[in-house]
Amino acid sequence: MYGNDFSAPNSAPDEAPGGLLGEVEAAEAELRAAAARGRRGGPAPDEDLAAYFAEVVDAEQKIEPRDWMPDAYRRTLIRQIAQHAHSEIIGMQPEGNWISRAPSLKRKAILLAKVQDEAGHGLYLYAAAETLGISRDELVQLLLDGRQKYSSIFNYPTLSWADVGAIGWLVDGAAIVNQVPLCRCSYGPYARAMIRVCKEESFHQRQGYEILHTLAHGTPEQHAMAQDAVDRWWYPSLAMFGPPDGDSTHSTQSMAWKIKRFSNDDLRQRFVDMCVQQAEILGVRIPDDDLRWNDERQAYDYTQPDYDELMRVISGDGPCNRERMAHRRAAHADGSWVREAAAAYAAKRTNKEKVAA
Amino acid sequence: MRARRGLSHTHVGSLHAPDAELALRNARDLYTRRQEGVSIWVVPAGAITASSPDEKDAFFDPAADKVYRHPTFYEVPDGVAHL
Repeated sequence: MYGNDFSAPNSAPDEAPGGLLGEVEAAEAELRAAAARGRRGGPAPDEDLAAYFAEVVDAEQKIEPRDWMPDAYRRTLIRQIAQHAHSEIIGMQPEGNWISRAPSLKRKAILLAKVQDEAGHGLYLYAAAETLGISRDELVQLLLDGRQKYSSIFNYPTLSWADVGAIGWLVDGAAIVNQVPLCRCSYGPYARAMIRVCKEESFHQRQGYEILHTLAHGTPEQHAMAQDAVDRWWYPSLAMFGPPDGDSTHSTQSMAWKIKRFSNDDLRQRFVDMCVQQAEILGVRIPDDDLRWNDERQAYDYTQPDYDELMRVISGDGPCNRERMAHRRAAHADGSWVREAAAAYAAKRTNKEKVAA
Repeated sequence: MRARRGLSHTHVGSLHAPDAELALRNARDLYTRRQEGVSIWVVPAGAITASSPDEKDAFFDPAADKVYRHPTFYEVPDGVAHL
């Protein structure tokens, strides 16, 4: 069973999962352990709130919604969680594009479930952001007005069915590498949402890998299709980790606050190192002539993605930015009658109950 | 949410809904996509009264100096069984 952050603590699975899923479980266990260590309660009446906040964070305890927190910590979290939520919602589009054209009923059912999961992840994250004192309506409006961003990766088009596989393997894979450390974020509601999200993401990554594996071991045309998708998604996936450490604006403070645990470049390296062996088994080539093992560093040397392109896409000039936003605005506007009808129905029933009473 | 028969309900998350019936349906869609539960309760956030963590020390103080409420407080002589 996936996604249950409420199972009995001693109901250990038969085999401890390794890899990233294992790390998610470890983060969950750590969360429980930190809670069990149970330091004293709130700050003393005359205690400096900032010092208390720092002490809680340093002790690897979670900050909860009603705790005092620095304004900048709150703002950073709202920005990051909202951007993350928006990414889940916009992220439904590139794959949703293929639901009606999935090659079999099984693939269609799986893809539907996956896209539904993305909507769910968006909602978990909006709920986490709302604990910081902003409403979901405000956040949705910020997205629609273009004042908050979503991940640049979703501004690339899905040209073939193999792209659905490449998104699962590379895009969801990169997202998991990025997100697993967030399961240990100092803000409780975000950490708990991420544990749930990461467990569900691992299904996404595996279904993508399976699609690519099937294609790569099919006809020469199917193999070429898989290779083409990997060629197009590799560098945008590397760019998902953000600008190189030297140019990253938010990193240092976020690390100190334990919102972020590893630097962009560390996570990117980790992703590359994982993918090499997975690509070999897939039977596809990672499109990088300079990709080779570096014995000294015990890691792969690789070609950096084009960060100028990343900046262009982030600032609105990617292949699909306008299309994605236009679609989201239209969907929001087209859905307004559903929201209004539900509210009207609820009001009518409340009235009836009042009259009956 | 009650995860399985025999366990107590545990908080799993928040959602938006115009009324209780839709809240239940939304909760099913959002929090039980993988059979995570056998029973759901929904409560409007406004109906919850919370103790603030800021009050924690004072509010929960009365329990702090009553260690004798725990069985481990008592010394049991060697050899006593069934106690």
